[in-house]
Amino acid sequence: MTTVLEVQGLTKGFTMHHLGNHLAAFDQISFDLRAGEFLLLKGQNGAGKSTLLRTLYRSYIAQAGQVIFHSNHGAIDLLRAADVDITLLRREEIGFVTQFLVARPRVSAEALVAEPLRLAGQSAEAALKEARKWLAEFGVKEDLWRAYPTTFSGGEQQKVNLARALILPQKLLLLDEPTASLDVKARAALVARLRELKAAGTAMIGVFHHPDDVAQLIDRVIDLTPGLENEEREDVVV
Amino acid sequence: MTITIDAPKLIKAAPLLRAQNVSKTYGAVQAVRSVSVEVFPGEVLGIVGESGSGKSTFLRMLNLEETPDSGSYTLDLPEVEGNLFDLDRFARRMLCATRIGIVYQNPHLGLLMKHSSSGNVAERLLVAGERRFAVLREKASDALEASEFPLDRLDAPPAELSGGMQQRVQLAKAIALEPALLLLDEPTTGLDVSVQALVLDTLKRLQQDRKITMVIVSHDLGVIRTLADRVMVMRRGEVVEAGLADQIFQDPQHAYTQQLVHAKL
Amino acid sequence: MSLATLTKNWEPMSYGFLDASAKREIRRKMLKAVAVPGCQMPYASREVPMARGWGTGGLQVSLTLMNPSKRVKVIDQGADDSVNAASIRRFLARVSGAPTTLDTLEADLIQSRHRIPEEKLREDQVLVLQVPNPEPLRPVQPNMSIARQMHADADYGRMWLQLYEQIVRSGRVMQGASYPSLVNGRHVMTPSPIPRWDVPKLHMAKHLTILSAGREKRIHAVPPFTRVEPLVFDDVPYKVEDHGGLTCNRSGAKGFFMNEIPQDDGSSTYEISDSEFGVKTIKQAEGERVEFGETWYTDGEMPS
Repeated sequence: MTTVLEVQGLTKGFTMHHLGNHLAAFDQISFDLRAGEFLLLKGQNGAGKSTLLRTLYRSYIAQAGQVIFHSNHGAIDLLRAADVDITLLRREEIGFVTQFLVARPRVSAEALVAEPLRLAGQSAEAALKEARKWLAEFGVKEDLWRAYPTTFSGGEQQKVNLARALILPQKLLLLDEPTASLDVKARAALVARLRELKAAGTAMIGVFHHPDDVAQLIDRVIDLTPGLENEEREDVVV
Repeated sequence: MTITIDAPKLIKAAPLLRAQNVSKTYGAVQAVRSVSVEVFPGEVLGIVGESGSGKSTFLRMLNLEETPDSGSYTLDLPEVEGNLFDLDRFARRMLCATRIGIVYQNPHLGLLMKHSSSGNVAERLLVAGERRFAVLREKASDALEASEFPLDRLDAPPAELSGGMQQRVQLAKAIALEPALLLLDEPTTGLDVSVQALVLDTLKRLQQDRKITMVIVSHDLGVIRTLADRVMVMRRGEVVEAGLADQIFQDPQHAYTQQLVHAKL
Repeated sequence: MSLATLTKNWEPMSYGFLDASAKREIRRKMLKAVAVPGCQMPYASREVPMARGWGTGGLQVSLTLMNPSKRVKVIDQGADDSVNAASIRRFLARVSGAPTTLDTLEADLIQSRHRIPEEKLREDQVLVLQVPNPEPLRPVQPNMSIARQMHADADYGRMWLQLYEQIVRSGRVMQGASYPSLVNGRHVMTPSPIPRWDVPKLHMAKHLTILSAGREKRIHAVPPFTRVEPLVFDDVPYKVEDHGGLTCNRSGAKGFFMNEIPQDDGSSTYEISDSEFGVKTIKQAEGERVEFGETWYTDGEMPS
């Protein structure tokens, strides 16, 4: 199995200028991830699980370390890659799945789901067909497909979001509690899709409130609970 | 401890826009202080900052309306080379008319209020040399339609239209010639919130359908967040921080940016 | 060497009314105007014994071009006999001793307000048009400094925009007189308020046309054999007034530009606008031997 990600000494903290202090999130995290591997991040609330995902995705700026991602375009350090390179990777190779949908006014559910395929260069028709398939898969009722998700309930929005986030196979998938408050059918669809992607070689790092949901997928676990790996670590609620 | 960001490595395309060390003073006021930025094809750069931060001045310089005291500005286009600030008036006008579109906050700056809406759009095509009435009409209505302007009001003068519709006419005018660069100066400021959302949505669609490279200036973080891939934060003429939009909003590094982000409702 | 030897003695009057330096300036500006066809040249515009706006620009050019052997014709809206035309003609003759004529064929110099005669002008003739507003960009750009830059840049998109607006609003180009025209493929000029009918007469004409605005202090020119193209869309052809089928009520002349005379019963009759052409037509009908020149239009059509 080829290595997808090499994390070395990753350290993140937050400087709060208005409080005049610095809050550490995690220190010196190191691990490797191979294609098709599923890594579960564990730890108590505030251990920095989501922070780690966001730091890998570059929504957060790390303080130190190195994260080598072996992209289709070559190896690159995600912590230091230029913004445009990150944008390119996010479009083509790195996905981030949360439970929250960023809906936009006057964009239908199916158009929203089809968007990643459109951006990847697929025709509008093919993208829409695929989008409908996944909306059905996640149990979004057909009469909602052409409606605007801004008005949907939280649960329906979440399903639209999952369909959108998982429609395009990625090289690396970051999962931030995607199953929280999901109904049984959708959860099953999600796990099935993750299994399918994993088998196709997608490497995944996930944070799950109930890891049992994905128990069969987990290959490895990293526990971020302070004291387990690094005695000095001081954790912070993000 | 800080991490320095590398130069682009994976992206093969050259930046469309490259501004280097652009400075401008008005009397004793340093409006823009050594600003450098690169924008890649298809990218949307947002510039945020409060009034007087120099963001609009910088945008006007990108539209070649203002000449800086120093600095250079290049666009990666076959028809121009060298520092665009050195172009003469004629070359500037042709470049702006054919390759750069702009939408101003104040429609009076961008539109002839008493001419027809379609005529306002057609003017761009006329400047570029189109002399067929039927083609002018067709292209003008295409651009207005793409800007989601109601076609039954094609020939209504902007003076009779609502603010949101006026911005759509400006937008249609800006995109009529398929510009390489679209500049937006507070495009939704002053509009009702609901209208604002619709205009933003139109911009987003256009950006996705046409892959237009955009630079958008706004003091409204919501606008920037909706549209921009990358954000540059300006204060007192200087860039205090630049980064991916979600990073600037979720993990601002500079004290000023933190203050700005936290002040948002 | 004294000042007296270097300067001319005072004279009670100058030949042709204007003093020598005024005429020299106008000659120079006319040469410039001929050198850059259609481009407006500023000049000082002296006082003449006539109110600004009544043809002072044309008058100054005529006064500069006059000599005792130049035969002069003056028309106002095509008519030789209007008060204004008659006054200017008499004034020109008085200050220069030049002979006058009403016949286009006999004239060396024709000063005109708002018309070009129907008979073709020759290489040896000069047409002087009085111009109220020399700036074609004024309706689209009130700031004259910017308008000048626009001329310099040949930035004429707005002129077409004006036509576009007229078609959109009225279904056709509404511009009647002063139809903006591109001269020698470079400068857009206003050909003075001549009707659309007259604009094609300037295109590749054999004669020199000088256009002069006294109040606005601008001279421009159309040299002989110069292209004058009315601004049009490629797919909306230029149209002259539909006068080809009209007959002059007084002379019976047909196929020329007519003045409309409204009647009490609401109908209209027509009179040929080129008055001397009408007079010649009447004389011919009465059996007099008159010489007609070749006309620009034949049966209301201009051969291309």
